[in-house]
Amino acid sequence: PLPPSSPSSPTTGFSVPSAEKVDGFPRRSMRRARQRRSHSSSQFRYQSSQVELTPLPLLKDAPVAELHDLFCKKLQQCCVLFDFLDCVADLKGKEIKRAALNELVESVATSRGVLIEPLYPEAIKMISVNIFRTLPPSENPDFDPEEDEPTLEASWPHLQLVYEFFLRFLESPDFQPSMAKRYVDQKFVLQLLELFDSEDPREREYLKTILHRVYGKLLGLRAYIRKQINNIFLRFIYETEHFNGVAELLEILGSIINGFALPLKSEHKQFLVRVLIPLHTAKSLSIFHAQLAYCVVQFMEKDATVTEYIIRGLLKYWPKTCTQKEVMFLGEIEEILDVIEPSQFIRVQEPLFKQIAACISSPHFQVAERALYFWNNEYILSLIEENCQVILPLVFGTLYRVSKEHWNQTIVSLIYNVLKTFMEMNSKLFDDLTASYKVEKQKELKRERERAELWRSLEEQQERRLQSLGEASRNQKNLQEREKNSKNEPENSAANAT
Amino acid sequence: SAGSCHSVSSSGMAGADGDDSLYPIAVLIDELRNEDVQLRLNSIKKLSTIALALGVERTRTELLPFLTDTIYDEDEVLLALAEQLGNFTMLVGGPEYVHCLLPPLESLATVEETVVRDKAVESLRKISHEHSPVDLEVHFEPLVKRLASGDWFTSRTSACGLFSVCYPRVSSTVKAEIRQHFRNLCSDDTPMVRRAAASKLGEFAKVLELEYVKSDIISLFTALASDEQDSVRLLAVEACVSIATLLPQEDLETLVMPTLRQAAEDKSWRVRYMVADKFSELQKAVGPEITKNDLVPAFQNLLKDCEAEVRAAAANKVKEFCENLPEDSRETIIMTHILPCVKELVSDTNQHVKSALASVIMGLSTILGKDNTIEHLLPLFLAQLKDECPEVRLNIISNLDCVNEVIGIRQLSQSLLPAIVELAEDAKWRVRLAIIEYMPLLAGQLGVEFFDEKLNSLCMAWLVDHVYAIREAATCNLTKLVEKFGAEWAQNTIVPKVLGMANDPNYLHRMTTLFCINALSEACGQEITTKHMLPVVLKMSNDQVANVRFNVAKSLQKIGPVLDSNCLQTEVKPVLEKLAADQDIDVKYFAQEAISVLALA
Repeated sequence: PLPPSSPSSPTTGFSVPSAEKVDGFPRRSMRRARQRRSHSSSQFRYQSSQVELTPLPLLKDAPVAELHDLFCKKLQQCCVLFDFLDCVADLKGKEIKRAALNELVESVATSRGVLIEPLYPEAIKMISVNIFRTLPPSENPDFDPEEDEPTLEASWPHLQLVYEFFLRFLESPDFQPSMAKRYVDQKFVLQLLELFDSEDPREREYLKTILHRVYGKLLGLRAYIRKQINNIFLRFIYETEHFNGVAELLEILGSIINGFALPLKSEHKQFLVRVLIPLHTAKSLSIFHAQLAYCVVQFMEKDATVTEYIIRGLLKYWPKTCTQKEVMFLGEIEEILDVIEPSQFIRVQEPLFKQIAACISSPHFQVAERALYFWNNEYILSLIEENCQVILPLVFGTLYRVSKEHWNQTIVSLIYNVLKTFMEMNSKLFDDLTASYKVEKQKELKRERERAELWRSLEEQQERRLQSLGEASRNQKNLQEREKNSKNEPENSAANAT
Repeated sequence: SAGSCHSVSSSGMAGADGDDSLYPIAVLIDELRNEDVQLRLNSIKKLSTIALALGVERTRTELLPFLTDTIYDEDEVLLALAEQLGNFTMLVGGPEYVHCLLPPLESLATVEETVVRDKAVESLRKISHEHSPVDLEVHFEPLVKRLASGDWFTSRTSACGLFSVCYPRVSSTVKAEIRQHFRNLCSDDTPMVRRAAASKLGEFAKVLELEYVKSDIISLFTALASDEQDSVRLLAVEACVSIATLLPQEDLETLVMPTLRQAAEDKSWRVRYMVADKFSELQKAVGPEITKNDLVPAFQNLLKDCEAEVRAAAANKVKEFCENLPEDSRETIIMTHILPCVKELVSDTNQHVKSALASVIMGLSTILGKDNTIEHLLPLFLAQLKDECPEVRLNIISNLDCVNEVIGIRQLSQSLLPAIVELAEDAKWRVRLAIIEYMPLLAGQLGVEFFDEKLNSLCMAWLVDHVYAIREAATCNLTKLVEKFGAEWAQNTIVPKVLGMANDPNYLHRMTTLFCINALSEACGQEITTKHMLPVVLKMSNDQVANVRFNVAKSLQKIGPVLDSNCLQTEVKPVLEKLAADQDIDVKYFAQEAISVLALA
């Protein structure tokens, strides 16, 4: 059983709510009306006893000798958490913390020599206390990032400043990775990655930049970060189908892939084949498809030999019922073909153009149209021309048939253009195929009849065998019965005799 | 490949199997790799037919190797294959040869797609029982070990589901190895594998000897319950139920309770939610003493949790928890510890919490008895009956029967009425629909007088609701009321009103009259139908709206069996004949249908 990551609203044993799930219309509007407090936070509970804050002197007024001490005190002060769901609670305290955070941001961003070693653990502690929390359950169990308003983090007025401080801290010229790595460790990074599931896009944006800096500066954590991102993706693909930060993580990976050394390590190839390609199966692909396609193309540009894995992978996961996703796949294929090496193209052209032919015959005109647009791309057209002998026979039947059958006029005229292009490319082959079209059709029909015949006789045979098996077991039973009886008889007769 | 298979094929077997022309395997295998996925899928689904055609020996030597080698296909095909192979034992020659099925299933257990893997594991578990103890050690257990030490997480995940099926039937040396492998997977580097192991921990514990439950399982349980990922920790809660059931009472305190206490206060709401969700099972597993000392305070905390999800899960368990409390202290615990929390939940800020509570709270009355119910629970019911959220009110109303048994519904009726009226007029038609469905129940409990006085007009108002589903439900409701209160009541109270609608200017309302007659005629009986309903129906055959006319034909067909034959011939037949000559094609159709069904031709 999977974790209740999309928390089920409690089942009530009552028919109305479930019936409402059937048609989404009344529900969505109801939900909107009901939930205007789209702020959530489960942070506050960890605070055991509330401390009252008193304002400290300003950092800029502090004598140099006391600066570090005061900085440290401010960091400690910022470890106090406030309840933001109650927006009028402890306004004074909130303001003191906000001002302190502002000062810390300002100080770490502008003045040199502030970040000395003893401050590292204090700073990381302040950051951890503030940002690390179990994310609250989504207000809306079937949150659809495309349709619904995200739930925003209630404590953002403080949280934003903490993130800002963290970012300035990492970007400061005084920042020493050798000191930071003692505190920004694997456990820290793991918690940081979990936060990418936040529904608040502002938070994910900060996390993205921060993780990127961490990856850039703390070399020892790189492999670990990649591995944990893998795990997050695999859980997303195969277990929960829910994680809000996929696009942000992919964006970071896009630039990481760019920096991979050649030849590609097998770890990285595995990442491509077993994680990036299967990510295409996600229901919410549209949210992160652009970033995903970018990563895929980055891989190809690094090392052309992965092309075949990619294309065959995409073909394996080709959408069967979702035309919207099919259009996205076609878009990605075009991006790939744009940079494909001709030698790699030859290796995949056969399965690829079978799929393209299938798309052209899609009754959904956007799918057919998207596929036919490939013929408007000059580079792709040149690849097709070079391999016309292989490709034309693969697509000819479909083009010929769809040109006569498709309901949409735009598609029909696009197909005519494609047919015309082919005729100009290789008129001899084109004529041959036209001439043999009917014969091929006949052959196909014949094969179909043969198959039906084969299965019919197979099934008849199965019937007969099952019957004879049944008979055999009946015979055996009879035989046993008879044996039993014949054994009993002498005894009986013996008994009678006495 | 197919070619080499073909060369092996043609000798001898035909004679051995004794009938039929042998199919060259190549032909069959071509079917299994047809270019069209759908055809491939069809062939795989009929794999048993192919195997039967080949006979057991060639299935073993030719078909299975082919299937093992060519496992790269669409997941849908692989899923079908994984399922088929679980039922293949007889087709390879019975239990003696069942191990031939292991290689293809082993490959399937390592693929990426979860549903395929799960199906392969399910089939492996199934055929494991068909292995002899020797085959289990020689063939099956090595497979489990290979999977458990696979490179990619998928095979290790699959292995987790196989330990418990082979453990009971192998030698003690092999058992020790299996335990070691399971231990390794519980501390696997990949959280996916730890989750799989954690979810099988309870199942595995059940087949282990008690000494190993104490030594091995407990330490694994403790470790998983404090995993860095909450998705692993929450699975340990589930295992907790099985483990606690296996251990003797005196060991629970030291071996299980520290971990359970920690889970109930976990910093992740998902883990606390799981504890709340499994609370009744946990309660049964740890027994009455621990429940009194530990679970009662834990339950109180869950009812007061800061996350609504957790509170709602706990609120759902209130009745079951109270029911299962030890009898000697049940009432005291409920009154002093649980009820105060319940009172707070009645005015919770979250509607899911309130509605979860409303779905069980009435059940407390049978546990607490009449006096306590009147004094303590009744105010809560009344408060929930006035809740702003319709779901809460509906949940209370839908469980009225519990209170009825204890204190009688009269205590509630004064507050009930405004609640019902408000729900009956709710802007959301699904809410109206829900309350209609409880009407017959309410009518039965409140009695005919109360009903006539207060509720009858509501029931009639629904008949002219602007949503069809409501009018339909209202019609059905009338039938149930007549079944309860009898034909005479029907004739006096509802039939006149229903028939009055036949003259309504709105044709939808006129049709409702017909629908009501359809529904009521049988319950009202021949006399009322003939005397009062039939004339109205017949008169409506002149309606200017065709939909009404063809519904007249349908109604006549429906009520025909209730009428006597004389009436059918003299009154119904002429009207149907007239309708059968109607200019509207649908009217004609239904009139002709009625004539033939009623045998009036």
